[in-house]
Amino acid sequence: MKNDDIKLFQDGKRIDGRTNDELRPIKIEVGILHRADGSCYLEWGGNKIMVAVYGPREAVPRHTQNQLRAIVNARYNMAAFSVEDRKRPGPDRRSREISKVTSEALEKILLLEKFPRAAIDVNIEVLNAEAGTRCAGLTAAGVALADAGIPMKDIPVACAAGKIEGQLVLDLGKEEDNYGDADLPVALSPRTGEILLLQMDGHLTIDEFDKALDMAIKGCQKVSELQKKAIIEKYIAELEVE
Amino acid sequence: MTQEKREIVIPSQLLGDTKQNKAGRGTFVEQGKIYSEILGIVNRKSDFINVIPIKGRYDPIEGDFVIGIVEDPMASSWLVDINAPYPALLHVSEVPWDVEFGETDRYLNHGDSVMAKVASVDINRKVNITLKDRNLYKIKGGLIINVEPSKVPRIIGKKGSMISILKKYTRCRIFVGQNGRIWIDGDDENVAKVLHTIKKIESESLSYGLTNRIESLLKNETQEVQ
Repeated sequence: MKNDDIKLFQDGKRIDGRTNDELRPIKIEVGILHRADGSCYLEWGGNKIMVAVYGPREAVPRHTQNQLRAIVNARYNMAAFSVEDRKRPGPDRRSREISKVTSEALEKILLLEKFPRAAIDVNIEVLNAEAGTRCAGLTAAGVALADAGIPMKDIPVACAAGKIEGQLVLDLGKEEDNYGDADLPVALSPRTGEILLLQMDGHLTIDEFDKALDMAIKGCQKVSELQKKAIIEKYIAELEVE
Repeated sequence: MTQEKREIVIPSQLLGDTKQNKAGRGTFVEQGKIYSEILGIVNRKSDFINVIPIKGRYDPIEGDFVIGIVEDPMASSWLVDINAPYPALLHVSEVPWDVEFGETDRYLNHGDSVMAKVASVDINRKVNITLKDRNLYKIKGGLIINVEPSKVPRIIGKKGSMISILKKYTRCRIFVGQNGRIWIDGDDENVAKVLHTIKKIESESLSYGLTNRIESLLKNETQEVQ
């Protein structure tokens, strides 16, 4: 979907003034919901996302239980007011897909064998959407899971790269996503570098793909630092009450 | 007591090497390196590296005293919620009463609370609890509150120091379950005092010299009342 009216580059910079390998501003708050076992609020550019984690608790209905390990129920939901035109509320094809890939990404890093027959519920609520919500949702879910005290091998992190007007860029914004050529969301286990999620929308040559993947992985590492800082800062504050 | 700074770790943080240390609770080993698996505080004891969780569900251990809330009376047993990932089973042979088959709900019904002991936890994490120990019974009256299970050791204190201070200055009957439920019984004014003291302990649980601070706080308050 090429639109010639919109110029995605101006004076060598992107439409929102970023360079090609610059992330949008990210703000992470930990433990903001009292009834949830773990929670996180994340602002990533114009994305505003709230994640609540519950569990491990007994999985219901019982036929979903696994006798050997816990199951992960991630539920991605976009609020009706999260986009410009009102979104019809409730699960749809897109949100079910994102819920599934997020659950599978999280299963890879959680130590599920410790909780047979249990379920870990991850509710990802998109309050405001502006491109890259699945990456932002997964990043926030990682922080909320750590906050819930659930044992895991790594804190998952996600970031996207893409191609706009023939150039490779990191972390696509709204216009770039709508009028660009390709979008490549990547989720990563930052300690080992294992890829937890990889999707692609659009077309890239093999060479471009390798470069874009590299770019996204570097972006993930940057976001990972922010995640860790946010978690530690929240609990350091508790230490210093004296 | 060494005034070493408490170190907060997050999952996947590198803690040491298997050549020098042994991996304890809350850690996992990958390629000879020890990493933390939970958000917690590092505790290095002799060779072992342990991570003590700051948050998280109660993990039942055999011999723990807990407070349970009956969920479901069945024909010859009760299902009891003990704040763990799974409900615990209380069999009729584990209670001090003579219960006829099918009449379990005459003794304990949905919503009743009991003080219990974790009798066994099997490899499939099936939990059995018992009332056959001293001072275990059905709870009548009083108030049950919930705290973070990881903060229970701070509320009890070293060898019960914190809890005995609380009992001494408030003249309340208090029972702390390892699963983060606390039963308090006493007159309203004293119960309120216990409640806000516990809240204070919970919010400052990571700091040093807490027992002394709480004691002086309670001492002051009692004097004010007099």
